[in-house]
Amino acid sequence: MALDRIEILLEKYFEAETSIAEEKELKNYFASSDVAQHLEQYKPIFGYATQAKQEQFTARIPLNTKKRKSVVWLSVAASVAVLLGVGLFTFNHPEPQNSGVIDDPEVAFRETQKALALISQSVNKGIQSMEYLNEYEQSKNKIFK
Amino acid sequence: MNQKEFMLLVNPFKDKVFRLAKRLLVSTEEAEDATQEVLVKLWNKNESLEEYKSVEAVAMTMTKNYCLDQLKSKRANNMKIVHNNFTDREASVQQKVEDRDTWNWVEKIMNDLPEQQKLIVQMRDIEEMEFEEIGKILEMNESAIRTALSRARKTIRETMIKTNHYGIG
Repeated sequence: MALDRIEILLEKYFEAETSIAEEKELKNYFASSDVAQHLEQYKPIFGYATQAKQEQFTARIPLNTKKRKSVVWLSVAASVAVLLGVGLFTFNHPEPQNSGVIDDPEVAFRETQKALALISQSVNKGIQSMEYLNEYEQSKNKIFK
Repeated sequence: MNQKEFMLLVNPFKDKVFRLAKRLLVSTEEAEDATQEVLVKLWNKNESLEEYKSVEAVAMTMTKNYCLDQLKSKRANNMKIVHNNFTDREASVQQKVEDRDTWNWVEKIMNDLPEQQKLIVQMRDIEEMEFEEIGKILEMNESAIRTALSRARKTIRETMIKTNHYGIG
């Protein structure tokens, strides 16, 4: 390649008047092994440009936006399910408590009697177990007359 | 558009987007984040993508805007731009001598260019894009681009020559 052509191209290059094709010509010239010595200093400029184009984007492209949407949807569904579960549980359970109300007075009377009898039974049981304390009382009374 | 179609659409220019982001942000990680951000934004546009004549140009414009915003907010927060693949500018003399003939040195010089010049040099000298395309992305006319490009190329040349002389002297 004629040296003066390269020199002219170089001049045009620094005035930004070269075309893409001419710039490629320069790159090729400076990539070759027979660069004129006084032009040697421009070698890195064109070498760098060629080398810099090789760099690649290697990181992952996170296109999970759609997946992420479904995750959001899933979590909403899950929380709704939990809320429904808790709601149903609390709404269904109070019902047994309602059975404490009795409308018929006779039945109510009987129920009350039963309940009171149960209580007195237990109280009596307690009293029975305390019976032996009477022995102490008697002996105490004998002594401290 | 499903993911596969989108990947096919994006594959030809995703590296270009990444390199542009890296030119502006310098750090590889930040450039990766920016690229991911831009591609996800594109993916979210999905249905409306077909309306664009060139998705690549849209992507490049989005990248430019995103990165400039990033830089602006960093400066506004008075934060130092942190990146690990940016070695100390006052490298040792030894390092400077080694760098002199290498591409590293050109990259460092480019890091010091103003943002607009970085964008133009990246798109023209590295990606070999026509002035018309660059003009659309940067919303600039051709002669303004040529002026900026010429200025940038000359700055690179002068800085290189200066360091060459240091090396010899």
